[in-house]
Amino acid sequence: MRNYFFGLLAILLFAVLIPNLKRDENKFENSGKMGKESKSSEDKYSILLPTYNEVENLPIIVWLIVKYMEKSGYNYEVIIIDDGSPDGTQDAAKQLQKIYGENKILLKPREKKLGLGTAYIHGMKHASGNFILIMDADLSHHPKFIPQFIEKQKSKDYDVVSGTRYVGSGGVYGWDFRRKLISRGANFLTQLLLRPGASDLTGSFRLYKKDVLEKLIKSCVSKGYVFQMEMIVRARQFNYTVGEVPITFVDRVYGESKLGGSEIFQFAKALLYLFATT
Amino acid sequence: MTKLLEWVAVLGALGAVWLSLVTNTVEFGFVRQYPTAVFYSPVIFVGLFGIYAIIVVLYRVFTFNDCEKAAAELQEEIVEARADLAKLGFRFK
Repeated sequence: MRNYFFGLLAILLFAVLIPNLKRDENKFENSGKMGKESKSSEDKYSILLPTYNEVENLPIIVWLIVKYMEKSGYNYEVIIIDDGSPDGTQDAAKQLQKIYGENKILLKPREKKLGLGTAYIHGMKHASGNFILIMDADLSHHPKFIPQFIEKQKSKDYDVVSGTRYVGSGGVYGWDFRRKLISRGANFLTQLLLRPGASDLTGSFRLYKKDVLEKLIKSCVSKGYVFQMEMIVRARQFNYTVGEVPITFVDRVYGESKLGGSEIFQFAKALLYLFATT
Repeated sequence: MTKLLEWVAVLGALGAVWLSLVTNTVEFGFVRQYPTAVFYSPVIFVGLFGIYAIIVVLYRVFTFNDCEKAAAELQEEIVEARADLAKLGFRFK
């Protein structure tokens, strides 16, 4: 009888363990191949680039966007939202406008550093596209994935398409063991508590339908990088559909990034807040 | 229903079953045979789940892709971009 009891426990454990270990590994093998044939001419993609002191990275990221978007043939525009960088980011943006045209590259600066959410609202006011793509300008997000986001969106008319570092061919560069452990641990805990229906919650490489993004921003209260997590959790709350594309995240080619105690505290606070309210 | 309420509801239901077993409100041969195992079953399950969580997280840490190729490609493209932009008349700072 005792053996029977522990045998049952072991079976139960493995029943949960095995499917979860390799979960999601093959789910996205089709992404990137789909939807190429249906290229709707009226769709336009507004790419929002919030910047602060990105004078070195901005020309590179814009060059890459132009390279991959011209190749894909989709209609697009780049909107640079600079929060009064003292390093001359806006001069670089103006030079890029001369090179690529003021209808392709829009510069919509703000006077000082304000929140990320308001940057998106500010950018959206000037966006002429019906889709909004949000990415970081520091080269951690590669524009080569944008056409894959668009194809993924078209494949099932998703409301949101989110880039994910945690699934399939996605990954990171420049992270040590500690950083990976914190990231995976935090992700596991979040998946357990919130079941958000998306594997990467804190990433900010995403494509939204314009009206969906407007509604999500209005309903979000967090600041900083936790804001990204709230956006995707609210998306689930409003029953929006979320597609995912594996992305590679190359951490800060120039400059440095941090993950300290205060970030972890912020994250825990936001997690509990969303756990209790959504 | 918020996630918090979902958790409270499910844990409450499981707690009720456990309580009914340990207080012998519901009679079960198994319970009479192994009263200690039943009494400590919540702790056992939490412990097992903890082990499961550690295994999954560690597995995912060690299988986290290192995108060496993507990083190298990006470096090449940066060089290419700077050369092309300079040709187009961009003045780098």
